[in-house]
Amino acid sequence: MKNLSNHADTSLAESLDGFAAAHADLVTLGADREFVQRKTIKLGKVALISGGGSGHEPLHAGFVGHGMLDAACPGQIFTSPTPNQMLNAAKAVDGGAGVLFIVKNYSGDMMNFQMAAEMLDQDNAIVIVNDDVAVEDSTYTTGRRGVAGTLIVEKILGAAAERGDNLAQLKALGDAVNKATASMGVALTSCTVPAAGKPTFQIGANEMEVGVGIHGEPGRRRVPLASADAIASELTGAIVKDLALKPGQEVILLVNGFGGTPLLELYVMVNSVRKVLADAGVKAVRYLTGSYVTSLEMAGCSVTATVVDANLLALWDANVHTPALRWGI
Amino acid sequence: MSLQNIILIATQTLIDHVEELTALDQAIGDGDHGLNMKRGAQAIQGKLPEMQDLNLNDALKTMGKVCIAQIGGSSGPVFGTLLMTLGKELPARPTASDFAPALRLSIEALTRLGKAEVGQKTLLDVLDPVQKVLALGGAAILPRVKQCAFESALATANMDATRGRSSFLGDRAKGHVDPGSRSMALIISSVCDSLSAAPVN
Repeated sequence: MKNLSNHADTSLAESLDGFAAAHADLVTLGADREFVQRKTIKLGKVALISGGGSGHEPLHAGFVGHGMLDAACPGQIFTSPTPNQMLNAAKAVDGGAGVLFIVKNYSGDMMNFQMAAEMLDQDNAIVIVNDDVAVEDSTYTTGRRGVAGTLIVEKILGAAAERGDNLAQLKALGDAVNKATASMGVALTSCTVPAAGKPTFQIGANEMEVGVGIHGEPGRRRVPLASADAIASELTGAIVKDLALKPGQEVILLVNGFGGTPLLELYVMVNSVRKVLADAGVKAVRYLTGSYVTSLEMAGCSVTATVVDANLLALWDANVHTPALRWGI
Repeated sequence: MSLQNIILIATQTLIDHVEELTALDQAIGDGDHGLNMKRGAQAIQGKLPEMQDLNLNDALKTMGKVCIAQIGGSSGPVFGTLLMTLGKELPARPTASDFAPALRLSIEALTRLGKAEVGQKTLLDVLDPVQKVLALGGAAILPRVKQCAFESALATANMDATRGRSSFLGDRAKGHVDPGSRSMALIISSVCDSLSAAPVN
């Protein structure tokens, strides 16, 4: 495995320093690189804090800024951050209206964020994201995994927090958006944790892993590589079934690259997924296409749909200005 | 043997097994367990000079705090809570039989924390049988605890069949030892060896 790296042990720190320098207009890096925070804290607003293992960039630090997160705590690669990071982030971005943690449903993330929530003096709540319909339980999960739908939860909650929703309203909204969101992915290649030095899983040149997790965890099945249409049909079919989508419903459609798939291919998938949704009578009213929730250099993509009404759509459309997501301003 | 040496040897055992633990985690997980244990072990070793004068309870609590603050992932809260609970529940100069009730309380704390139960392919599947051996007591307790820890860790290889994920993974998850259980067995075995070699000062 070839990497752009000086040393595997310092790559994360160097990357965070580079990120903070490149986006100095929007974010600052906390002491000891424990968290990335929004440059300007808005008093009276509920602070939204997320975090998780690194290796999924731009998630989560790339979504810190106006209309989205107030802080993000990066863990080691594919490893949950520690409660100390979350507590220090909460101290730094507290606007006096409480703290909402947005947590992907992995055992490690859940335990560390729950410890932080119990230790925190401020009012707080946790929104758990578990949008991956591929598998119900996995080695590091009780229940479903949290994957690319996290971006949609963070965007909509960020807009609602910005307009002044209180902690209880945001917690309820977050739970509702999570429930209205479903994702499923496919991997064409593995990923390599640099410090481990070997691919996380072995996959044949003509195989794909259907239902893969964002750490290269196994999915539903290993099968020969199929056409984009066939993949789109399987992934979208599982999502339509999970959300019980009915003709006439509207969704936000996120086709997310895992890090090693070019945008050209992602748009091929968009085109294929669009047809599957159209056959089900479901309309994609907003599209987001790109590599937003990645698994290092893994090739493949995930499809995410969130059922929206006018209220959720307005929150999705609201201004956002972060390193990785920007519109309206 | 001093408490510091026991800790040094146990943490070094984990560091020496980092590649094996990584390989186990890559087979069924996200591949970070070996590096997490190494980071925690190194952080504890770095704290050893400050721990010179601590009694067993405070040393265990200190190690627990280091795990929670430094490791992250699942291993930080799990190993941290285990060590902190033992530090809280053990008497100041414990005998072998004192470990059974303290370990039982630790298992209960871990069950609450991770919402896991015995039989779900976690380190509880090592701690629970080891606790039972300790509770029974008797002669040659250290070698029996060590053997129980190793055998129990190995037995986790067959445990995925009871979990929801197995229906999706099919045979691919079978035969793989749970990495957390292997780490737990390595720690227990190392401590047993140290205690067998020489009584604690």
